[in-house]
Amino acid sequence: MSIIKNVSEEPIEYQERALDAVCINESHLSHPWWYNFKYVLVGVLFGLVFVKAEIISWFRIQEMFRFQSFHMYGVIGSAIIIAAVSIMLIKKFNVKTIHGEEVEFHPKTFNKGQIIGGLLFGLGWAMTGACPGPLFAQIGTGATVIAISLLSAIAGTWVYGYFREKLPH
Amino acid sequence: MNWINQPWPWYIAGPIIGLIVPTLLLIGNKTFGISSSLRHTCAACFPSNIKFFKYEWKKEVWNLFFVGGIALGGLLTMLLIPNTGNIEVHPDLANDLTKYGITDYSGLVPSQLFNWESLFSLRGIILIVAGGFLVGFGSRYAGGCTSGHAISGIANLQWPSLVATCCFMVGGIVMSNFILPVLLNL
Repeated sequence: MSIIKNVSEEPIEYQERALDAVCINESHLSHPWWYNFKYVLVGVLFGLVFVKAEIISWFRIQEMFRFQSFHMYGVIGSAIIIAAVSIMLIKKFNVKTIHGEEVEFHPKTFNKGQIIGGLLFGLGWAMTGACPGPLFAQIGTGATVIAISLLSAIAGTWVYGYFREKLPH
Repeated sequence: MNWINQPWPWYIAGPIIGLIVPTLLLIGNKTFGISSSLRHTCAACFPSNIKFFKYEWKKEVWNLFFVGGIALGGLLTMLLIPNTGNIEVHPDLANDLTKYGITDYSGLVPSQLFNWESLFSLRGIILIVAGGFLVGFGSRYAGGCTSGHAISGIANLQWPSLVATCCFMVGGIVMSNFILPVLLNL
């Protein structure tokens, strides 16, 4: 009985979770919760690079949007190229995960949200000097007031969820 | 070992960030993205019977560990190997910011704009609270942020992600060049 229930409900739950998210993840394996600490390590590396390359600096973001420095374009551009080559290689050689799973990619469909939401996000990015990742890193570096920005970003996400059906997509 | 205390150049930082994409895919089939963590937080803490937040957030809990790691990484870097000295900015930007009383370049986050006292000023509330709100609302409406769209989306050749990234840039350019000068004068 429970198997039938899972088969019939999972796709719906999955679609729900995949709404307006690029990053939907579906590993079909179940691991103990502490396996998640490997993502903490990757996060620590990311935070380190954020600080060392001044990516989380409000000043660097202003320079980017005022075309006064190549730094951020170089960071994002080279990250895209390296990521694209890696994904190409994973697909071409059908590389499996360390747990032997097939790597899954989920295509993204276009909707108006990418334009309207994208513009609104851009406004916020230039105000705070931080996209979501840097918000976490800034708090870590001791800029504690940014916790208010983070709470506000969570509130923004909630308000989007509340009005989602009424917004143009 | 001098380089360890110097700001890292883009050609070191960018490729490391790029390699995070295949790392997450290969260690657990996870797609690189950060703004989703905000949604999972809503789903975990305030689902409020909203359909958009009624899903099994525990399946995405890795994302919360990941962002926790980012904060921890920021903390450890400041404690162990901080960048020394002031941030060097373009002279035009420095000139411009002086007009608004921003002269302190000792922190990555300008302390004269972002501090607890500034929450009691209009300028501070707009930058900290409204700015954060737009980041959260906009990234979810767009379906991702810089990591999900600009990096993993474009790298996976998803054209909607390219559209979103161009809109991020347009919004940022408009804010930084035309609106922010007004806000900074408040």
